[in-house]
Amino acid sequence: MSGRDAMLNRIRRSLGVAGNDAGRRAIVIARLEGTPKGVIPARGQLPRAERVELFRRMAEKVSASVADVPSADDLPQAVADFLRAHNLPAKVRMGADPFLAALPWSKTQIEVAHGASDGGDAVGVSHAVGGAAETGTLVLTSGADNPTTLNFLPETHIVAIGADDIAGDYETVFASLRARYGKGILPRTVNLITGPSRSADIEQTLLLGAHGPRRLHIVIVG
Amino acid sequence: MEITSPAFKENAKRALRDPHLQQALSHVRHNFIDKRQKAVDGLAEFDALRDSATGIKNHTLAHLDLYLEAYEQKVTASGGHVHFAETAEEARDLILKICRDAGAKTVTKGKSMVAEEIGLNDHLEANGIEPVETDLGEYIIQIRHEPPSHIIAPAVHLTKDQVEQDFRRVHTNLPIDRDLTEPSALLGEARTILRRRFLAADVGITGANFLIAETGTSVIVTNEGNGDLTQILPRVHIVLAAIEKITPTLEDVSQILRVLARSATGQELSVYTTFSTGPRRPGDPDGPEQYHVVILDNGRSAMLGSQFQDMLRCIRCGACMNHCPVYHAIGGHAYGAVYPGPMGAVLTPQLVGIDKAGHLPNASTFCGRCESVCPMHIPLPNMMRHWREREYEKHLSPATVRYGIGFWAFFAKRPRLYQFATRWAMRALANRGFGRGRFKSLPLAGGWTKFRDFPAPEGKTFQQMWAERKKAA
Amino acid sequence: MPEVQGRRPKVGLFVTCLVDLFRPTVGFAAVKLLEDAGCDVEVPAAQTCCGQPAYNSGDKADTAAIARQVIATFEAFDYVVAPSGSCSGMLKVHYPLLFADDPAWKDRAVAFGAKVHELVSFLADVRGVSGVDASFAGTVTYHDSCSGLRELGIREQPRRLLKTVDGLKLAELKDANVCCGFGGTFCVKYPDISNAIVEEKTAAIAKSGATTLLAGDLGCLMNMAGKLQRQGIAVSTRHVAEVLAGMTEQPAIGETAD
Repeated sequence: MSGRDAMLNRIRRSLGVAGNDAGRRAIVIARLEGTPKGVIPARGQLPRAERVELFRRMAEKVSASVADVPSADDLPQAVADFLRAHNLPAKVRMGADPFLAALPWSKTQIEVAHGASDGGDAVGVSHAVGGAAETGTLVLTSGADNPTTLNFLPETHIVAIGADDIAGDYETVFASLRARYGKGILPRTVNLITGPSRSADIEQTLLLGAHGPRRLHIVIVG
Repeated sequence: MEITSPAFKENAKRALRDPHLQQALSHVRHNFIDKRQKAVDGLAEFDALRDSATGIKNHTLAHLDLYLEAYEQKVTASGGHVHFAETAEEARDLILKICRDAGAKTVTKGKSMVAEEIGLNDHLEANGIEPVETDLGEYIIQIRHEPPSHIIAPAVHLTKDQVEQDFRRVHTNLPIDRDLTEPSALLGEARTILRRRFLAADVGITGANFLIAETGTSVIVTNEGNGDLTQILPRVHIVLAAIEKITPTLEDVSQILRVLARSATGQELSVYTTFSTGPRRPGDPDGPEQYHVVILDNGRSAMLGSQFQDMLRCIRCGACMNHCPVYHAIGGHAYGAVYPGPMGAVLTPQLVGIDKAGHLPNASTFCGRCESVCPMHIPLPNMMRHWREREYEKHLSPATVRYGIGFWAFFAKRPRLYQFATRWAMRALANRGFGRGRFKSLPLAGGWTKFRDFPAPEGKTFQQMWAERKKAA
Repeated sequence: MPEVQGRRPKVGLFVTCLVDLFRPTVGFAAVKLLEDAGCDVEVPAAQTCCGQPAYNSGDKADTAAIARQVIATFEAFDYVVAPSGSCSGMLKVHYPLLFADDPAWKDRAVAFGAKVHELVSFLADVRGVSGVDASFAGTVTYHDSCSGLRELGIREQPRRLLKTVDGLKLAELKDANVCCGFGGTFCVKYPDISNAIVEEKTAAIAKSGATTLLAGDLGCLMNMAGKLQRQGIAVSTRHVAEVLAGMTEQPAIGETAD
């Protein structure tokens, strides 16, 4: 008997059930198909403007910095301003994200490299697929558009997010991922990011920049 | 890890006399508790979410076999491999084989209590593979050759000065005169050193907070980002998790996530909550080439359908130990096992046997604070009592306890005899304490009078006085 | 809750072994408070202990034997009241659990449990007592015993009633809701740990500015009184019922008349 079957048998024996019980199978299938929602905090259930404001407030509470630009074309300049304000070199790495690619980076002095990071980049720029206002959380997905390494290796991470993509709660973001990738399917990595990296392991003192980015800058577009 | 739970009393004595530990523990008391309270007060739906999360876990456990099947199917469909380990030994060997097949020399590790439970690091080292802990707290205890003392803050028992001493002792390539007084300097040093290890690792091993049946996804939560660097940089990603981590859907995970960080550290959500599904896809510029999940039983399937099933709802938040007066006094190492505090007191006898771990469920006042803050409503004191019942049935309780309780119960079941005996006993005790009001020492009560005075009784018993009053009336 | 039309309710007083043996004054204070609240009080002779020592030591058989005795002795009363959160909790919450799989006793235990109340919460929540006719000069502080707090929700009631005692000032105890380290047999099985816990408690008591410590459980009170005295901290310890009933002539716990 395989390890798999042995484990399933032990579980069934303990529960006092049979594996071919149609009633039990129906219940499980129903939950996996129906994906029922539970309790959704009222906190994030707000009209658009208040939702974006909540997102901003929650993100700032966890030491992310937040800026906003009226249109996507303003993004490269907002990034340039941020780099200058923090004495960072005008050099960033991003993926092949079409939204980012279409922007007027050449209008700034920023040197843009493309692809995954190998650890040699000071600044990474990503485009979030969504966000959850309830905790100021960004949602990023893996792939050539926004390589996951950009979320972790550079010391500074700048993330663009469309104001319309800021949902009130996690469930709404997951529903949009389902719509994009199909039911029961996710890309290799989905990162929910809430503030810059931190640790309190040394005598409970909170410090930023443990292994991931020390700085997280969010630019809300639109 | 070497289990020293039988020596709990000696461990506890040592812990009470340890000034570094006591200083470190003084932070635990109010940091974790106050932060959690603030987070709980800030979310009106918190209690409703606890109920929802509890219901989801109960439902899942009742259908665990079927959700496990669904999970395995999805992992395989996404290009991953699922391995089933009944024992710690099987899990160790499975992981070693995967590492050997990958030609691994170094392995980075995200924080995993299950890896600690199966003694993975020692096994890898014994077989010529170097495991590198990357969670800052785990890294610190690794270089000290110590086990973790808390399930989410493994180095909580250490002071900053101790950490500085260890860094100086181990990081010998760095200038001796460097300034490490600030915690941020220590963090910076660890970051630089571990960054090199992250980039050089052949295999990355993480635990999992959830294994999602709907999508075949493993979820980890960290604040540092070390778990992410562990799983996306090496060629091979191994997830090690026990069967109770299976959770049906993304919505179900959302429910539990909302109570997890708030209960653990008082954060609204951990900085990095990462959902990983299979190896890298065609077109992915980064990510592992191989994805393996090793699912461990190690005694948990036996808990299903038993008095201890509720313990499988545990999401390893640590709130119970953060609020426990016993843990506050002695810290985590005194428990002598992988899992300390109230949840450890219930789980450890299952993992290593009640004969070895008997002290743990006994060293509790049943104050109930753990249960009151548990996000999954686990009746921890009741389950500790069940272990005491097992001990009693097996005649494992110390003779003094059996005879003492038996003696007391003999009289308690016979009210007339009880009243006769107690009148005599209380009069004798009151006479002995006459004029002083209390005893500084008392035969058979050494455990009490070593540290406290023993108040003298009034003299007559209430029943005696009540009977006298009724006769007089 | 039993209907008691047109007559004073009959309360069976569950004295508790510690009150019976060590401090009968608390029992008499309970009787006075219950009678003042319009109840007829009886004290059945066939009572000894609630069974907690056996229960928490894992001896279910002896616990069940004691519990059956308690239920049979008390179940005919309208209410069963005890001056102890832990004993009340045992009777109210744990007896039904103990007999959950016993068809003969399950329903009796549940019906019995419904009648059980801790003293102060009974006065405040069931009898609607909003104030007491007593006086006590001095600053007191109150410790929340664990079972009463977490099993029975006793927190506001004693504080509310204490505030109506003439001349009494109530100072809040820091970490009042943290265990005192008694835990029944715990304090003698693990004395070093128990001592560390009670030292935290006495430090908070000393800082409270109070000269009298009150609580609703005699086990906790004896533990804290014993430690305060060993440490030479000048705080007297009494059961809250003594102050509410105005029966404070008896020396405080562990003290003599001078």
